[in-house]
Amino acid sequence: MHSESFDVIVIGGGHAGAEAAAASARFGARTALVTHKLSTIGEMSCNPAIGGLGKGHLVREVDALDGVMGRAADRGGIQFRMLNRSKGPAVRGPRTQADRQLYREAVQDILREYSNLTLIEDGVEDLIVEDGKVAGVIGQSGRSWRAGAVVVTTGTFLKGLIHIGEKRIPAGRVGEAPAIGLSDRLYGLGLRMGRLKTGTPARLKSSSIDWSGIEMQAADADPIPFSFLNDRITVPQIACGITWTSAEVHAVIGDNLHKSAVYSGAIAGRGPRYCPSIEDKVKRFADRDKHQIFLEPEGLPGSEYGDTVYPNGISTSLPEDVQEAFIRKIAGLERVEIQRFGYAIEYDYVDPRELTPDLGVKRLPGLYLAGQINGTTGYEEAAGQGLVAGLNAARFAAGSDPYILDRSRAYIGVMIDDLVTRGVSEPYRMFTSRAEYRLTLRADNADQRLTEEGVKAGVVGSKRREAFHVKRSSIDTARARLEVLSLTPNEARAHDIRINLDGKRRNGLEIMAYEGVGFSKLREVWPELSDVTPQVAEQMEIEAQYAGYLDRQEADIVAFRRDEDMRLPADLDYRAIGGLSNEAKEKLSSVRPATLGQAARIEGMTPGAITAVLGHLKRVAKKSDKVARG
Amino acid sequence: MPRVSFDTIIALASGSGRAGVAVIRVSGPGSAALLKALLCDLSDVSRETPLPKPRRATIRTLHDAEGGFLDEALILWMPAPESYTGEDVAELHIHGGPAVIEAVIAAALKTRLCRIAEPGEFTRRAFDSGNIDLTQAEAIGDLIDAETEGQRRQAGRLYQGEAARVFEGWRGLLISAMAALEASIDFPDEADIPGEIDLAALEPIEALAVDLEAALGDAGRLATVREGFRIAILGPPNAGKSSLMNHLARREAAIVSPIAGTTRDVVEVRLVLAGYPVWIADTAGLREASDAIEAEGVRRALTRAEEADLRIWVSDAADVSHETLASFREGDLRVLNKADLLNGDSPPLAGDEDVFVVSAHTGAGLDPLERRLAQLVRERLETDEAPLVTRARHRELVEEALAAVERGLEGARIGIGAELVSEDLRLAARALGRITGSIDAEDLLDVIFSQFCVGK
Ligand SMILES: Cc1cc2nc3c(=O)[nH]c(=O)nc-3n(C[C@H](O)[C@H](O)[C@H](O)COP(=O)(O)OP(=O)(O)OC[C@H]3O[C@@H](n4cnc5c(N)ncnc54)[C@H](O)[C@@H]3O)c2cc1C
Ligand SMILES: Nc1nc2c(ncn2[C@@H]2O[C@H](COP(=O)(O)OP(=O)(O)OP(=O)(O)O)[C@@H](O)[C@H]2O)c(=O)[nH]1
Ligand SMILES: [Mg+2]
Repeated sequence: MHSESFDVIVIGGGHAGAEAAAASARFGARTALVTHKLSTIGEMSCNPAIGGLGKGHLVREVDALDGVMGRAADRGGIQFRMLNRSKGPAVRGPRTQADRQLYREAVQDILREYSNLTLIEDGVEDLIVEDGKVAGVIGQSGRSWRAGAVVVTTGTFLKGLIHIGEKRIPAGRVGEAPAIGLSDRLYGLGLRMGRLKTGTPARLKSSSIDWSGIEMQAADADPIPFSFLNDRITVPQIACGITWTSAEVHAVIGDNLHKSAVYSGAIAGRGPRYCPSIEDKVKRFADRDKHQIFLEPEGLPGSEYGDTVYPNGISTSLPEDVQEAFIRKIAGLERVEIQRFGYAIEYDYVDPRELTPDLGVKRLPGLYLAGQINGTTGYEEAAGQGLVAGLNAARFAAGSDPYILDRSRAYIGVMIDDLVTRGVSEPYRMFTSRAEYRLTLRADNADQRLTEEGVKAGVVGSKRREAFHVKRSSIDTARARLEVLSLTPNEARAHDIRINLDGKRRNGLEIMAYEGVGFSKLREVWPELSDVTPQVAEQMEIEAQYAGYLDRQEADIVAFRRDEDMRLPADLDYRAIGGLSNEAKEKLSSVRPATLGQAARIEGMTPGAITAVLGHLKRVAKKSDKVARG
Repeated sequence: MPRVSFDTIIALASGSGRAGVAVIRVSGPGSAALLKALLCDLSDVSRETPLPKPRRATIRTLHDAEGGFLDEALILWMPAPESYTGEDVAELHIHGGPAVIEAVIAAALKTRLCRIAEPGEFTRRAFDSGNIDLTQAEAIGDLIDAETEGQRRQAGRLYQGEAARVFEGWRGLLISAMAALEASIDFPDEADIPGEIDLAALEPIEALAVDLEAALGDAGRLATVREGFRIAILGPPNAGKSSLMNHLARREAAIVSPIAGTTRDVVEVRLVLAGYPVWIADTAGLREASDAIEAEGVRRALTRAEEADLRIWVSDAADVSHETLASFREGDLRVLNKADLLNGDSPPLAGDEDVFVVSAHTGAGLDPLERRLAQLVRERLETDEAPLVTRARHRELVEEALAAVERGLEGARIGIGAELVSEDLRLAARALGRITGSIDAEDLLDVIFSQFCVGK
């Protein structure tokens, strides 16, 4: 039998899979990506948009680690908008609508650039397990491949089941078969698994929409790219429409609630609260007389998806006739043609507490999981995990230590820590409020936080490394210059900068901390600063604006890392620790936290329990110290 | 010989000294083995020693290692986890003589199955097991130390978790205010959510700042409960101050003599009024001093007057005109002494509120004075509100929370970004969470999703 061998095999060519395969290849591993259809690599199963609050941060981090998503989004983005432009830099979120075809092609083109990455079309039915370690995969076609490590990124395909009204269709996405064999294998490993659900709205034919009365939202005039490697966007930009539901629409939905798969009780899995179906919105917020709907084109005019519109805000699992009835009551959609009906999908996920922070499965060395299979939702969440899992699979195959991003370094770290420590009770999505070091972890400084780390971890290529080193030295130079340039309060007043007349000299950074003083003001005062690039100037402004807050966070981060550095042995017997409640023992044994800090973040863990674990560790350390000294 | 187990601890749980019953407590994984060893009857080794039924008071005989009789004891066996510490616990109620206690503990230690507990270790274990939270653990310390009824009541409230509830309530206020800010940050395109900082959402936080400040002020009251209420007796020489204090103390604590200027230093006695500890200070008579020692005495008297929670001004009922050096203040009491020498005349001010005409000699009029003192002590120390900041650790964290809240409110007023206001509120919530030990980001999302309709 044919049995080619690789260092790493990635199963699934979605957003997690593409990123995992690319990261593994960048590390230098001989990598294969096995997926149902090569043509759907990089496919957006749902909403054709990349980025947003928290999500845009993830994309920038993936890019800082030389990943695929940011570059692909820059080539496929057709409506770039910086969300929260008027708010502070830490909470600005880059986002774009994407042309589905352009985006998918960009991902595929980028993957083809890796010479040590092989793309294989097949559905994976099973894993090869030898001596308690994963050793390869077996395809539906009967072929098999051996590997030192395997990454599973099968999205919603594990026992996927679509619901439309009373109809049930086994599927991974509409029109695509689910993966059954692989799901059984994961159950067979004894992994804790569960069901989650998500939904999608109908797709509308753009040319049948009456756009005349619809409010339009344009793209930003100066689109800001996702990738630190790009300085401009060349794709043409389009506008999105905004319309509203009405009392009439709600009445149709309310009358037919019992026919919705979600409300008839047919669906066991939990759906996301932040992405409720229209049925949910009408029921739970009965006092609202209208809900907003964004009409988002799925492609540039004239392209493959140019005539398709994604109506963002009305995801549903009502039967087709009811969908048609309520949609046609919406302003502008009175005569709309529906290309495909909305549906809810239920799928298996693996309790991410089965994973270590490098996304490896605790029970099966060499097996890594990333993306929706871990209970998350969203392309960006999938990509962030894919990169970490792919890199660590490659490191595992090469015999290197795992590479772990903690909460103080990246949103990716926040997400993975949340997943492996607390598990999920609904599909997990990133929000900026999940990041306690939000002021430090910004989209604008992702490269400064991560690129150098990525170089050390072996996941950043030479082109990116050099570009980053140039940028970093210009930032360092600018900072040094601002530290020497200074003004007395009187001199500042001469330039219209209002500062207390305390006789104290302030340097450029300190002056920029004052309300309304930006870098342009400094250029007025010191014309020699005109050679500083806009990107560098922006960094200086942000550092100055957040100065006091960043110092406080830095102190917090130091304390946080102290607990993170306290590693807990993987085989620690929590049952033997005196002074732990049974509940605490059980939780600790099931999560098996990697560090004391992670232990403290387990839901319901008391400070007392943590003290007990700490006390135990100290006692053990003392004992082994004594043994060592004889 | 087996190694001494460090995980099982033993200690006398009741007070030391002679008493009818003494309670010895054992906690830890070796408790069962230890109990069996003490209950083992060497005269009948054929039988396995049974443990008493859990949580059932049982009379058994305690033996030492040689089988010698130690005592007849009432035994409570409370296996984990339903015990005070969450571990296996045994309580031995034995006869209270020091020799019996000594012998039982010595026999237990001899088994090498346990060691003597460190001070507070049982409570520490209860805390470590999650049976009680930090404030409760601290309150138990107070409960054990409580000497007076007032202190006991205060510690009791803390123990029942009232303080924890208040801290959690405050944290809840911060979280719902943050939810509004966070929603505007994380869901910028949502119609249901206000785009800018909603100052109205911060109103409860303004109120919270006031509460935090009050709680810190309250800390003074609570310290008083713990340390004692201070009363200073002041007045001119020879007015009968020392006589009055001796009467209140029911003993001759200070020297009394007809010589003006007898008392030269501060003399303090401790007593219990209305269930609270009270310190009463007798001071030197206030007048232009004739020598350095007396001058120092007068200075000390005046300092005491400043620090006191309550001042009693004593003067001779026949000579109330006397000008004192420190001025009389609102809330002070006035005592007109030596009423027995008045021959029925009514002194000036008599009948006014908080003016007491008494005789330290005959005791006339002293009962109403004592009743009034008790009432004042109760009024000032007792409140129905939950007692809050009793510990230095809590105080620091509440101060940290207050500082962060004030920074955030000031920021919102001058228009800094929502993310910075929210950062300050988060720091405040975290500080309060640290008092009881709960920390959670998921709380915030729960509030956002219940208040706003989000999701495209
Ligand atoms: C109906 C629906 C609605 C959604 N709605 C939203 C939304 O509103 N907002 C949002 O942020 N996200 C939404 N998502 C989620 C988003 O699409 C996913 O989170 C994201 O695509 C997950 O990426 P992934 O890489 O984990 O998996 P996917 O993108 O699903 O990719 C999985 C890939 O694996 C392949 N595959 C699966 N099994 C096998 C196998 N056995 N062998 C070989 N190949 C295999 C598949 O062909 C596919 O290419 C929705 C998803 C669906 C299906
Ligand atoms: N007749 C009468 N004599 C009293 C009464 N109270 C105190 N005396 C007498 O008054 C004198 C002074 O009493 P003290 O109690 O020493 O007075 P004092 O205010 O402490 O005086 P200094 O310490 O000198 O400031 C003593 O001789 C007491 O016996 C009273 O109620 N009636
Ligand atoms: Mg005296």
